[in-house]
Parts: sequence; C-alpha cells; structure tokens
Amino acid sequence: MNKPLRRVAIFCGLLILALLVRDNWLQYVRADELNAHPKNKRVTIERYSNERGNIIVDGKPITGSVDSGDEFYKYKRTYVDGPMWAPVTGYASQAFDASQIEKIEDGVLTGNDDRLFFDRTLAMFTGEKKKGGDVVTTLSGAAQKAAFKGLGNKTGAVVAIEPSTGKILALASTPSYDPASFAGYHNADAKAWQTLEKDKNKPKLNRALREIYPPGSVFKVVTAAAALENGAVKDINAQTDTPEGWKIPLSSREMVNHASGCANASLNRALEISCNSVFAKLGDDVGVEKMTEMAEKFGFNAEQFVPVRAVASVYDKNADRGGNALSSIGQFNTATTPLQMAMVTAAIANDGKLMKPYMIDELRAPNVDLIKKTEPEELSRPVSQKTAQQLQEMMENVVTNGTGGNADVRMDGVKVGGKTGTAQHGEKNAKRPYAWFISYAKTDQGSPVAVAVIVEDSAGTDREDISGGGLAAPIAKAVMKAVLKNRS
Amino acid sequence: MSVVTNTTTIGAIEAPSRRNTELALLAFAVVIPVFAYLNVGLAIDGEVPPGMLGYGAGLALLAGVAHLVVRKWAPYADPLLLPLATLLNGMGLVLIWRLDQSPRLIALAKRSYGAFSPSAPNQMMYSAIGIAMFVAVLLLLKDHRTLQRYTYISMVVALVLLLLPLVPGLGADVFGAKIWIRVGGFSIQPGEFAKLVLAVFFSGYLMVKRDALALASRRFMGLYLPRGRDLGPILTIWAVSLLILVFENDLGTSLLFFGMFVIMLYVATERTSWVVMGLLMSAGGAVVVGSTASHVQSRVQAWLDPFECLKTAPEGTNMAYACDQMTQVLMSFGSGGILGTGLGQGNSDLIQFAANSDFIFATVGEELGLAGVMVFLLFYGLIIERGVRTALAARDPFGKLLAMGLSGAFALQVFVVAGGVMGLIPLTGMTMPFLAYGGSSVIANWALVGVLIRISDTARRPAPSPAPNPDAEMTQVVRP
Repeated sequence: MNKPLRRVAIFCGLLILALLVRDNWLQYVRADELNAHPKNKRVTIERYSNERGNIIVDGKPITGSVDSGDEFYKYKRTYVDGPMWAPVTGYASQAFDASQIEKIEDGVLTGNDDRLFFDRTLAMFTGEKKKGGDVVTTLSGAAQKAAFKGLGNKTGAVVAIEPSTGKILALASTPSYDPASFAGYHNADAKAWQTLEKDKNKPKLNRALREIYPPGSVFKVVTAAAALENGAVKDINAQTDTPEGWKIPLSSREMVNHASGCANASLNRALEISCNSVFAKLGDDVGVEKMTEMAEKFGFNAEQFVPVRAVASVYDKNADRGGNALSSIGQFNTATTPLQMAMVTAAIANDGKLMKPYMIDELRAPNVDLIKKTEPEELSRPVSQKTAQQLQEMMENVVTNGTGGNADVRMDGVKVGGKTGTAQHGEKNAKRPYAWFISYAKTDQGSPVAVAVIVEDSAGTDREDISGGGLAAPIAKAVMKAVLKNRS
Repeated sequence: MSVVTNTTTIGAIEAPSRRNTELALLAFAVVIPVFAYLNVGLAIDGEVPPGMLGYGAGLALLAGVAHLVVRKWAPYADPLLLPLATLLNGMGLVLIWRLDQSPRLIALAKRSYGAFSPSAPNQMMYSAIGIAMFVAVLLLLKDHRTLQRYTYISMVVALVLLLLPLVPGLGADVFGAKIWIRVGGFSIQPGEFAKLVLAVFFSGYLMVKRDALALASRRFMGLYLPRGRDLGPILTIWAVSLLILVFENDLGTSLLFFGMFVIMLYVATERTSWVVMGLLMSAGGAVVVGSTASHVQSRVQAWLDPFECLKTAPEGTNMAYACDQMTQVLMSFGSGGILGTGLGQGNSDLIQFAANSDFIFATVGEELGLAGVMVFLLFYGLIIERGVRTALAARDPFGKLLAMGLSGAFALQVFVVAGGVMGLIPLTGMTMPFLAYGGSSVIANWALVGVLIRISDTARRPAPSPAPNPDAEMTQVVRP
C-alpha cells in the first residue's frame, strides 16, 4: 500500500503548494490593488483614526477634532465659528471628502504627507500616536469678523489683502454654511448636505474666489491706469475731450452718465463722480489690446491659486470697439472675482507692485517644527510708481470729496482711497444691481490693507439705495479699521 | 582488566523515543502564543494584558498534561504532532481573543443578539475539553486495531451524526448551512465528529473488501474498471455526500467525505481507476448541484469575481451578502501585504459575521501578512506530512488506512477552508482546524491527533525483544 500512499502524500503536498502560491498572488501581487480598492474602508478608517491637525488664525485654531465614538471613523472635524471661516477652511467631511485648505493641505493635516515621514517614523518608535500637522494662515481674526459681521444676512463677499506682501487678511462669503454640520457620515450629515445643495442661495459657493461679477464702476481704476500708462492722459487734473452724450462706437446709443458735469471732466473729477462717458472714451482711445494687457497684468484672464483655486476674471480681448468701450466701464463681458478687485486695489496701494495673494503662511509638523513657509512673491508690475501714486491721489479724492465718503476711517495719519461701483446686470438691467466698493488704507509706513467688497442683493433695500457707497463702503471701512487697530 | 567489549549481536537497541524533543518543541509552542498574546495587548491597550499569566499557565498546563500522558502511554509517538497542534490551538486562542477586543464586533453582537460575550474563554474551555479528549483517546485506545471491531457500528454512528442536523427541533440553520445542532444551549457540529467515525468505518470496510475491489476488474482503455456490483460502496457514499449537499447546504462537508473515501479507496486498492471514477462523479455532482442550488450558485459567483458580483447582485439578496463577504475577506488579505499590520492593528473585523470562525484565516493574513500565512500553511503541511509518515510506518493495513484517511481528511479540510477564504475555490462553511472558534472542531481535531499519535506510537515502537533462546543458556561466552 505504500506506493499509493506516497502518491497521495505528493497530492497533499500539491494542495499546500497551491495554497502557498495563491497566497503569494493575493498578498504580494494583488496587495496594492486590494489595499487601494475603493471598497476598502481601511483607507478611510486610517484617515480618521488620528486627530487631524488644525488650521490656525492669529495663533489660535479655528478647527478641532473630536472623538465621535464611532466604531469606524473615530475622529470628526469640528469648527470654531464655522460659517465665518468656511470660505477659508472649506470642509473635511467623512462622507463628502474635503475642499479648499482642508483638501489642499490634507497630507499635512492628516500627517500622511511625505514631509512628515520622519515624524511618523519617530512616533512609531516612541509609541506616540500619529498626529496631523498644522496649517497657519495669514488671515486676521479681527478683519474676518468685521467682514462677516458687516455682510450680515446680505449676500456678498469681502476680500482683504495686505498690499506689501499679498497676505490675505479676510475672505468672507455670505450666506455661508457650517462645515461641522456634515463632518460625519451619518444620516444627519447627509441631510444637512442635501439641504445645502438644494438651497437656492448657494451657501456652499465661495463667492470671494469662485464667483465672477460684473465690476461696474470699480473697474474704472483699471481703465484709468491704462490711460495713464499709455499716455492717453498726461495730467489727471487736465480736461479731457469728452462730449456729454458720447456716442458708443459701432452703435447708435449714447453713453449714459448718472452724474452731471461729466462733459470734458478731468480724469480726477471723472473718477470722483464716476463718469461713464469719460472712461468709455478713454478705453476706446487706449484700444482693446492695451486695455487687455493692463487687465491681464492685474491678474485678469487667469486662474489664481491662493493656493485655493480662484476662477479667472474676464476682460474680453476679442471685443469690438463698442464692446471694448463698455468693457472699460466694467460692463459688457467684463466680470471679476472679489479677489481680483482686491488685487487691483492692493497693487495700486503698493505703488504699482502686485504681490501674489496667498493665505497659507506656514505648514507646521505636529511638534511645531516648520515644514514650509510661504515667502511673499511679486506677481507683476502693472503700473509704474508714478502712475500708482496718481491713482492713489484720485482714489483718495473719491473718499474725501466723492462717492466713497462712507469709507473714511477718520484716523490720524491714515489716508483712505477707494472707488464705488454699482453694476447693473440682467436683461435690460432689471435685476437688482451689485454694490461694489474697493478701497485701501495708507499710513506713512505704506499700506496695511486693501479691500474689495461686493453686496449682491439686499432684501429690504430700495433699489435707489443700492450703491457701492451706501451698502459696501461701510463694510470696507469696518475691515480697514479692524486691520489698522490690530497694527497699533 | 581490559576493556569489556559487548559482543552481543542480537538485542534490543533502544530506539530513540524523541520525547525530549517533543518537550523542547512544546516549550516553543507555549512561549510563541504567549508572546503573541502580549503583542495583542500592547498593540490594543498599550499595556501588558492582565490575563497573560493565566493564559500562559493554562496553555502550559494543557500542553504539560498532554505531554506527560504521551510520555507514559505512547512513548514512541511522533514528536511533532503534539507541539504543532498545541501551537496552532494557542495561536487560535490569541486570534480569537484579539477579535474579542474589536469594538466593531462587540457592537455587531449587541445589535444582533442584544449582548456580547467574549469567545476566548469559551475556546479555552473547548481546548481543555479537547486535550481531555486527546488524553482519553490515548488512555482508552491501547491499540488502534481494536477499532476494527466497530466497523459497522461506526457506519451507523456516522450516518446518525450526519443526519442529526436535519432532525426538526434539533438542527439549527446558521446562514443557510444546516450543519449545526443545538443541545441545551450548546451548538454542536456533528460533521466534525463524523469525520473521525467515518474514517474508522472506511478503514475497516476497505481492509476487508480491498482484494475484491482491486482484483475483480475488467481492463478497458488501460484502466481497470470495477465490476458493476463492486460500484455499490462508492455510489452509496457519493449519494450520501450529495444528500448532505442538497439538504444541509454544506459543500465543504460533502466534498470532504467523498474526497476522503476516494483517497482511502485508492490507497487500499492501488487502482487509479477509482480516482478517475471519483473525480468524474464529483464533477458530475458539482455540475448538477451547482446549476440547481441557489446557495451554491451565489458562492460560485462570489468566487468568480466578487467585486463585479457585488455591483450586479440585487441589494439584500444572499448573493450580494456572499459577494460582500468575499470582497471583505480578499481586501483583508490584500491589506496585510508581506509582513502584515501586526497583531491587533488590522481591520479584519470588517468581515463582521464569522470573523473569528470561518474567516479567522483572514485575520492571520491581515495581521501577520504573507509571511505569517505561509508559516501557518507550512504548520498544517507538517501535520499532514507527519500523518502520512505514520501511515507509511504503520505495520498493519488498518492502521495505514486509518492514518491516511485522517491525514487526507485533514489536508482536504485545510485546502477547502484556506482555499475558500483566499478565493482559490468557492467558499464553503468549514473551519480551520485548531485556529477557528468552535468547540466541535477543536475537540474533534484533538481526538484526531490522539488517534494519529496512537498509531504512530504502535508503528515506531521497537519490535519486542526476541523470546529468550533456550540455546542461549548453553553457549556461554567465555571471557578471558
């Protein structure tokens, strides 16, 4: 009986061998595929098994991590003043992924970033729990609060930038949402998410970075810059050759002015009372090519990354003469993000030097070691120092004598320059116009803050009252005041 | 005085009993699981688990008792079988204890049964009963040949055991498979014991009938085909296996019994034709059942492409459940990689139901990795190898057949279970010997090892010293 016994023994050996081969195929060849399979919960379990790092403003975290006691995903994101900071932080949800800073710096926040490799390895040996690193932002709590409070229950957005560095100081968007309301993955979270998705006021839209609006009159500073740089205007106080009722090229219509006294008004005066005819004519004099060039130097027609992506603002480079004239007063196809207008203002306030806007100052390891610091970076020089100072003179005149009086902070040694805008939109301009205001504050040490404010619509405000000066300027003033107070 | 030289030519040279080897290996078989236990405690709670001393002492006590009994009553037994079984049993306890700590499985138990009770203490008790069974086998079974007397009683007992789960009121349906009976709060899997009893019946039966089955045949196309009337036994076993499959929904048990019978038939008759017939019959049975029983169909679907089947299967059906289970098991293995996550640090509890019984090998795969799984497979391979070696060494045909039948069944069980969870073959509801949670399995497998040890003791025992030669008195060696 021994011969068949030996054969059966070989057969049993083959069975074991088959198992060994199969196991190698499963755990070696297919390991990566199975490990990263979308159905494999381990990746997300691991992701939420440790405390997430925090996003920090003014040295204090505006986020947190709480042990939710859940059997699968342990730590859940919490937020301090969630709706106020949502346009900055974005959200980190167990069910709906993450957005904005929470998404972009996810590696650092979870602690999985390659740059944290040594921290992880060290923690493995010392037996410490893995922790995420922190993201330190450039934002100012006071400025953000002023912006958010100023917008109140109106729909709009505020962006404030430190002109000399490009640091974003405030980034508010209303109506907002509380990212904590759907941080988990349970039914309540799904419900909160659905409600936000369906809300026709689009609370999840980051209006400061992701929405483009017709800028209206605030765009006139760009046209003024182009006119000065290209020699269309030599002296800001000299009369321009502009008839009242200037006819739009290639059109039978005349340019309508809402202010009186625009005939042959000087550039300074035209900005002060916001003459459409003067700027439309100047835009036409400069031409679509030079106008586009100036707008693009300020950042138009390109996405900006702060490092959260901001959509590209538009200056139509293929516009015909009539279109270009309308574009020059911020209508026609011209559309801009609030961030873009803040960049324009900041460049002017910074004597012509446009700094790349950013909102992440430092990335820090869990042990507070610095991983990366963002250095201010020059993006471009749209205008010369001389032109910038002329533009400042005119913008300050707008606040002192013109439509922007509501923005004057009235502080010693502080000069404020600004420009109002009331942009019409919709079929036959039937919809409520957008109220714009851009402004900067300047001391003898340079400009600490430039702001752009837009208020989309305000229920209960009479249409006549919707003007940049009335609705938006007070918000800009509050933000500037907050920044100035913080400095002193 | 010069040096005395031994001039005796005939004498009992004491064969090495290898008991000390066994003792040394047992020390490892106890220490390794104790370290694994410590490892789990450190990984989960960050401190030395309080039960470690009790666990170590308990395992050492069981191993010590078993060793002493073997030393006294089976001194020439194979030295590897006991340490291997102890090691696997000990590691199984650690893995079950580790899964007891899983918050997910605790929550699941509370959701499903209203309360959670840890499995490890029960398994410890089953292990103790298993060792007691092992000791009882060695004490009561002084010579394995006495089992021959019970050939036909064994057959009846085996049939009763196999049919028990079908008795109304006694049998319990657990996730489709009716292989359990409930007696006074305990669940028993009679099939595990039937495996042993059937091996006894097959050995006794085949020993008597082997000549008839081997010699009376016709040659056809190079094969010796048996006569029609000799087909009776294999047809009966085949039919019983199919009945088990159809009525108890248990693919594993039916495959195991039929496979065991074919192996023993082949060994007894040395006729390849029986193997060919066996393969053809199981293939035929598989096709018939596979195309009719929905239970088997969903298992086959889950085996072919679990991820695809998960997408297509309607939600809430058996098939979706089987596929989901399979994907979880595969991802558990895949996530282990080469070295595994380390004990206590994996997520094999995502498998949820039966994570510590049918799917315990997935925990080995995830937490000990490819390396750990290969080690375990080689341990099983070694047990099988020692069993086959015992069969080779056995001097009587009954012992040969019994040892081969038991090791063959063990090999098939390991292959069917491990192959099932690793997706090599369709999944069946059987348990990994010694590792998986379950009293019947542990007790029956300890009895199996007891019988193998008994046969190997008889096989390796030196021949009794020759009867004293009456002439020896006369021829005296004269020493100078």
